[in-house]
Amino acid sequence: MRSAVEIARDVRGGQSSAEAELARSLAAIAARNDELNVFLHLDHQGALEAARRVDERLAKGEDVGALAGVPIALKDNLCQIGVPTTAASKILSGWRPPYSATVVERVLAAGAIAVGKTNLDEFAMGSSTENSAFGPTRNPHDPSRVPGGSSGGSAAAVAADMTPIALGSDTGGSIRQPAALCGVVGMKPTYGLVSRYGLIAFASSLDQIGPFANNVSDAALLLEVIAGHDPWDSTSLPEDSPSLLSHVDDGVAGKRIGLTRELVDGADDEVVAAVERAAAVLRAAGATIVELSVPEFRLGLSAYYLIAPAEASSNLARYDGVRYGVRVDAEDVAAMNEATRTAGFGAEVKRRIMLGTYALSAGYYDAYYGQALKVRTLMIDAFKRVYQDVDVLLGATAPSVAFSFGAKTDNPLAMYLSDVFTIPTNLAGDPAISVPFGRGEGDMPIGVQLLGPGRSEAELFAAARVLEVAGGAS
Amino acid sequence: MSSPLRRDDVAKVAKLARLTLSDAELDMFTEQLGHVLEHAEDIEALDLADVIPTAHPFGLVNVVRGDIVRPCLARDEVLAMAPDAEDGRFAVPRIMGEAR
Amino acid sequence: MTLPEGWEMVVGLEVHTELKTATKMFCGCPNEFGAEANTHICPVCLGLPGSLPVLNVRAVDLAMAIGFALHSTIGFSTFHRKNYFYPDMPKDYQISQYDLPINKGGFLDLPDGSRVSIERAHLEEDTGKSTHLGASGRIRGADRSLVDYNRSGVPLVEIVSGPDIRSSAQARAYASELRGILIAAGASDGRMEEGSMRIDANVSVRHPDEPFGTRCEIKNLNSLRSLVRAIDYEALRQSELLDAGGTIRQETRHWDENLEATSTMRTKEEAEDYRYFREPDLVDLIPDAAWRERVALSLGAMPAQRRASLLARLGELPAAQRDALGVVIDLGFDHFVVAALDADVDGGLALARAANELASDVEHVENLSTEAYVVTLTMEQNGELSATQAKTVLLELLTNGGDPRAVALAKGFEQLSSDSLEATLDGLIAQYSDEWSRYRGGDEKLAQFFIGQVMKVTRGQANGKAVIAQLQSRR
Ligand SMILES: [Zn+2]
Repeated sequence: MRSAVEIARDVRGGQSSAEAELARSLAAIAARNDELNVFLHLDHQGALEAARRVDERLAKGEDVGALAGVPIALKDNLCQIGVPTTAASKILSGWRPPYSATVVERVLAAGAIAVGKTNLDEFAMGSSTENSAFGPTRNPHDPSRVPGGSSGGSAAAVAADMTPIALGSDTGGSIRQPAALCGVVGMKPTYGLVSRYGLIAFASSLDQIGPFANNVSDAALLLEVIAGHDPWDSTSLPEDSPSLLSHVDDGVAGKRIGLTRELVDGADDEVVAAVERAAAVLRAAGATIVELSVPEFRLGLSAYYLIAPAEASSNLARYDGVRYGVRVDAEDVAAMNEATRTAGFGAEVKRRIMLGTYALSAGYYDAYYGQALKVRTLMIDAFKRVYQDVDVLLGATAPSVAFSFGAKTDNPLAMYLSDVFTIPTNLAGDPAISVPFGRGEGDMPIGVQLLGPGRSEAELFAAARVLEVAGGAS
Repeated sequence: MSSPLRRDDVAKVAKLARLTLSDAELDMFTEQLGHVLEHAEDIEALDLADVIPTAHPFGLVNVVRGDIVRPCLARDEVLAMAPDAEDGRFAVPRIMGEAR
Repeated sequence: MTLPEGWEMVVGLEVHTELKTATKMFCGCPNEFGAEANTHICPVCLGLPGSLPVLNVRAVDLAMAIGFALHSTIGFSTFHRKNYFYPDMPKDYQISQYDLPINKGGFLDLPDGSRVSIERAHLEEDTGKSTHLGASGRIRGADRSLVDYNRSGVPLVEIVSGPDIRSSAQARAYASELRGILIAAGASDGRMEEGSMRIDANVSVRHPDEPFGTRCEIKNLNSLRSLVRAIDYEALRQSELLDAGGTIRQETRHWDENLEATSTMRTKEEAEDYRYFREPDLVDLIPDAAWRERVALSLGAMPAQRRASLLARLGELPAAQRDALGVVIDLGFDHFVVAALDADVDGGLALARAANELASDVEHVENLSTEAYVVTLTMEQNGELSATQAKTVLLELLTNGGDPRAVALAKGFEQLSSDSLEATLDGLIAQYSDEWSRYRGGDEKLAQFFIGQVMKVTRGQANGKAVIAQLQSRR
């Protein structure tokens, strides 16, 4: 499939049309969606109307925008006005938001065509999409395996060439881990760079929306479109969208890159080997590779699995059967709330609500939640310290290639451990990118991860581009 | 520092969170959440008395908006998505106890 | 009311006041009382998935203004979520302030010279409103409740006093002085009947100089009358229970307006675990010196100051006029009184008309200019209008505005000319010659008799003072 940059160029130049690109995308979706369960909802009508509007505007000579006619898939925790939005939860089935997320407005304003809403772990809680209330998504490279999660549908849409780009959200690795498992590029931007307005919240202080693409340039282009200050998100950084696409070929010459022990320890040998090959490629491109250790990273998992559930327990209280979504009726309102939530939430969501409620409850706050917030301070200080020494950190994205269905569903802690390399950046609010680099067991893709300090997206795209050009073969 | 998770704790938390758990679920959650909390002993054990907690990754302050009226949603549209509505309002089964 | 021998009540008040902003606390929906249900709602104040709050700067300004008026320390503050389920709370948590409120400490001086300490005055959002429907007469069977979210997200400040209040009269004085401050600061309209000011009272009893007793919290007192009665009832209940050898349970109690009694809402054991934690969707609030100064400069004179300056003009007041002064200050009508004093209107009259006629129609007071008030009172003082006529003119001016002389004319309040008054008196003196000679002989009571007769003959058109003047000049 052609890249988003090429599609937008061709559509704007008249060599293609938004309607033709949409037709190609819908054909690819029709070919494999039943098998892979990527989309929870396809907006055929809305997409067609949007594509025709783009073509009409182009015919009138108007500038349609940087994503003119590019089909895009939206993770189903992003609100789009009038289009069913469920966060893959039964409790929201049938809900059509009366407003759109800022990022959705921005991609549409840039001329992109939203084809539909992609599958995820319910409320973005999971690492495999097995927690979707509407069935798991399958990995396009091997349908017997998971695509990763929680943004598994968006990663799979791009990997299966259904759309060249997609939006996901990343709270503890939910963009980067499925990107790695599906063999695509995925970035979690600096916290506050992209507005969260209209993103169905999981853990507000960690959630960040970011791009999926088949190549680094497309990811940079998409992030440029969605980034920049939004007055409707109080945590939005007060600055314009950075210039990214023009820097993807800046290279890594003169950069210091830290190969971080805690970001590979415990990973499968083939994953460790891929990270080491990546280090060699970066060195060959002129970077200095420094081996280092950041012991604080080991504390990330515990802190994350207290902070994220605590915020989630509060964010998900509103699903009470009163104003929208599903209701299970009962004698009085409290019983109705309870019946609705009991029937509407899946096991993993309940588990995290329970964990978070416990961590915040009287008598345990200091030991758990309070302590986790202090570990967050340690994590931020550790990153600051290490970034005085190096520009970028290098490690694995996930400990292994995509695993089989059911491999970790009985043991939540084992599932949580698949986020161990991605969590530290979320706690610090810093950006990180996963880029495909080589293949492993069963010819499944491996992703390596590049991490940088806040607002270092341009450097991360440039480093990822070096790895992309080299290819990951051993 | 904290005592290991008991079945009673899990039942109490479920009530706070407005979730009904079956006996089997109570057993399962007690065990699974116990494992997660055991894993968290690594941070429980740290002496962090002098560390300032971080709630936000970046220190933005004083983010405010002007006191300017913006359009509201149309009532019919909003009530159409409600599970039950009557007389221009959201309808719910009777509320026990008093408002606070 | 008096408590049984040896008991003293200890009261602290939590006053919730809605702020007079144009929009809600975290969204652009209008903050307006009385609109049709669910017409002032948006994704934010309806708690729709994905929506986020952004703080209204005016709400912060007004909260700081309250802080200045209460001599609080204004500084670094944060927002927290208070988590509990309730259908009129769309997110099932309330955004409030917890350990770092915008206003810390302070005090309020009452007209009787006592001082009540202020613990904090913090910002929080209001809830929606539910209406409970009974089963009777309804087609759709069982009891249900209907929820309107127009009020959801309206900015509130909760002002928490120290446990310094020792009587229901002092509680009342505190609440009405605070109300005056809120109005003067432009923060609130202070309308308790519309729920824009609501009070919870913490009540305990003790023997003087002993440690505080166990307290009960009485919720949702919606008038000064309920406040006084509920506190008196509760302190009496507690002291009688203790005298009978009982113990007080710490609990939240409900004041029943009809039964005039408090009853248990929930005990301490049933208290919710609110799981407060920092609101991750909002950032820290650190009003800097420039911001604080801007708010401080915009603040007008506070009631205590205004009371003092008006008293300096009026001098010593009889008891009845002291009450009128209180009403005038509470309602912010002092400029009417000052203008009248400047025009040499009698102080008692200037206070009385403001505290009675103007206070009876607060809604429309903007229809009445200070000039019109002064002209009306001057006409009354000069005898051009009777007291009843002056009151009627004022009420008409409040309702429809206009010019006092034109209103008096339209109402037919032309005074009898002095010629026709003299002619009337001539006739009456001839008719009641015995009474007239007794009056001339010094029987003052008969002045009233002649005034009454004049009024009867002129059907109230005569001016009482003019009649007295005539009677005295003919003596
Ligand atoms: Zn609103």
